[in-house]
Amino acid sequence: MLERLSRPWPDHRAERTLGAVSLLVCALVVAMVVFVGIHAWPIFEHNGLSWLGSGGDLGRQLADMQNTTQHPPPSAYHLRAWPLVYGTLLTTAVAVALALAIAIFSSIFIVELAPARLRRVAIPVIRLLASVPSVIYGLIGILVLVPFVGNHVISSAEKESVQNVVLLTGAGLSVTVVILTVMITPIMVALICEALVSVPNSWREGAVALGVNPLRGMLAVTLRAARPAIVAAAVLATARALGEAIMISMVSGSRSFAPKPIDGLVFFFEPLRTLASGIVDYREGIAAPALGSALYAWALLLLFSAFVLSIAGYLIKLPLRKFQVRG
Amino acid sequence: MSTGLQQWAPSPSPGPPMKSGRGRRSSPMTWRWRDRLALVFAWGAGLGLCLIAGAIVVYMGYRGVEYLRPSLLLQRPALSTTQSETGGFLDPLIGTALLTVIGVVLAVPLAVGGAIWIAEYGRPTWLARVVESSIEMVAGTPDIVIALFGLSIFQLGLFAPFSFKASGGGVFGKSFIAAGAMMSLIALPPLFTATRDGLQAVPSHMREAAFALGKTRIATIRRVLLPSVRSNIATGVTLGISRIIGDTAIIVLLLGETLRLDPQGSVPGINLLRGTGSTLTSYVYGNSPAGEGAAPQKAYAAAFVLLVFVLVLNLIVDRIGRSSADATGMTVAGAVV
Repeated sequence: MLERLSRPWPDHRAERTLGAVSLLVCALVVAMVVFVGIHAWPIFEHNGLSWLGSGGDLGRQLADMQNTTQHPPPSAYHLRAWPLVYGTLLTTAVAVALALAIAIFSSIFIVELAPARLRRVAIPVIRLLASVPSVIYGLIGILVLVPFVGNHVISSAEKESVQNVVLLTGAGLSVTVVILTVMITPIMVALICEALVSVPNSWREGAVALGVNPLRGMLAVTLRAARPAIVAAAVLATARALGEAIMISMVSGSRSFAPKPIDGLVFFFEPLRTLASGIVDYREGIAAPALGSALYAWALLLLFSAFVLSIAGYLIKLPLRKFQVRG
Repeated sequence: MSTGLQQWAPSPSPGPPMKSGRGRRSSPMTWRWRDRLALVFAWGAGLGLCLIAGAIVVYMGYRGVEYLRPSLLLQRPALSTTQSETGGFLDPLIGTALLTVIGVVLAVPLAVGGAIWIAEYGRPTWLARVVESSIEMVAGTPDIVIALFGLSIFQLGLFAPFSFKASGGGVFGKSFIAAGAMMSLIALPPLFTATRDGLQAVPSHMREAAFALGKTRIATIRRVLLPSVRSNIATGVTLGISRIIGDTAIIVLLLGETLRLDPQGSVPGINLLRGTGSTLTSYVYGNSPAGEGAAPQKAYAAAFVLLVFVLVLNLIVDRIGRSSADATGMTVAGAVV
């Protein structure tokens, strides 16, 4: 047996073995969709797609789900999870928009403006920012930023204005968005820098020769040529922001509450909960069938959006192949 | 013809070479205000990002030095109402190491095998496309979803031997094996990408030379290609490890969040793998105000240790990339994501 293994393999058997290994990955993806789908099914069976809508107090619905027995009545599956969907969309959209602006400008800084010595420091430093674990971001958020915002930024008048509805502690939209932005910016910077470098330099030199200054040439020519890569970076960062669970569960205040823009400035300090952080918050109750099914339904929604974003990212990167860029 | 043109070309000017964008005429003071604003934004954004990263490292370092004691690394954690008796985080450290080993051992054959197949065989083409996109999908899947997927798999009766059973016969699906298997999914995409990019960057004349000497494809892969992409695989493994040790969502759902290593069964070694435990990340989470512990000093100390690990792994990636670029003239794919 050992002797057969140590002999060189015939080529066709090696090809088949390696192919089988690769197919295992496909099988895992299919299994993921199937298993999460099966567990999420009861929610879809009883609510259809209307569980994405709003209605009633989500916190109470989830508490009711948790308190049911092993064989809950159909009424226990009632779910209207709009606050979570809204919280996810809100944090992701704001953070991605902020991060996109910061990432584009800092990529230009790294590629074009920074002196060589500074660039050698900046690239590993920003890469470090991408690899800091989310729990450390969450820890800094909950121990440093949340108390700071709660004690110094929110005035007591603002706290009193909404005290009957929601308690403002500092944990909420603003801290969540700030940390989320810091977390996803480095991903964008890496991809955008790569794209900016790979655009042929002569294009911009042509523009500079016509009399524009180097920075304008960068903005007007290089950045424009790298547009697909910028969109792809935004898509990738969106996927990351959607799925961020631990950090958001630590700093968002973890209340099933939808921040209302009508509240004025207080809006930025209102607590919220996203789909991913909701799964973390309610993990203890996953043994209750109704609540467990709800958690899987949120996971299925996240999985679906991740797949859509992945396909979108692929389609966007297609025109980039022209410049031999691998995004 | 061309020589004639060269004669007409102006001779190079004797002055110092002009560097683009550094000349007097393109001083930013002469630019339009919009461009000057963009210049300020660019400097601000770039320096701001570096400052944030520096502030995080300095702050965590300050807190780490303040709270980390060598005894914390060597004591087992304990449940206690008084803060001084809750022990250190030896068990979470062991848990992190154990999970890293399981995750890497499971991920390496899958990722390297897949990468070789994609880069060297890859037929039929549509199937290769499907494999590549499914790895991209794994990369885009949030870790919390992967954790729920793992929970649903390991709660099946089929996988009951891999985790522990409650006295009532219910399978919890929480164990080091379950968490480690899902960790391998987290580590898979960077490892696959690094290996595939390395293989695709190997110049084709190396393969042709091996074929000309009568080697089969698989022998070429084993003797020629794999040795030359060793540094890429090392980069991928390092990136994978840094994702594994930083992950929290999978731990809190699949490792049971017990403070100590909690072996199940009687076979030594196996019982540890079937049991539950904690890692540095779940220790930080549990001791932060978000968890039950509410011991910020311990959370800071453990987070500092975690950050040191991440820093070291980052340095290793940097070093591998630089040395392989020196040796071969190729750059290891700087996969940040």
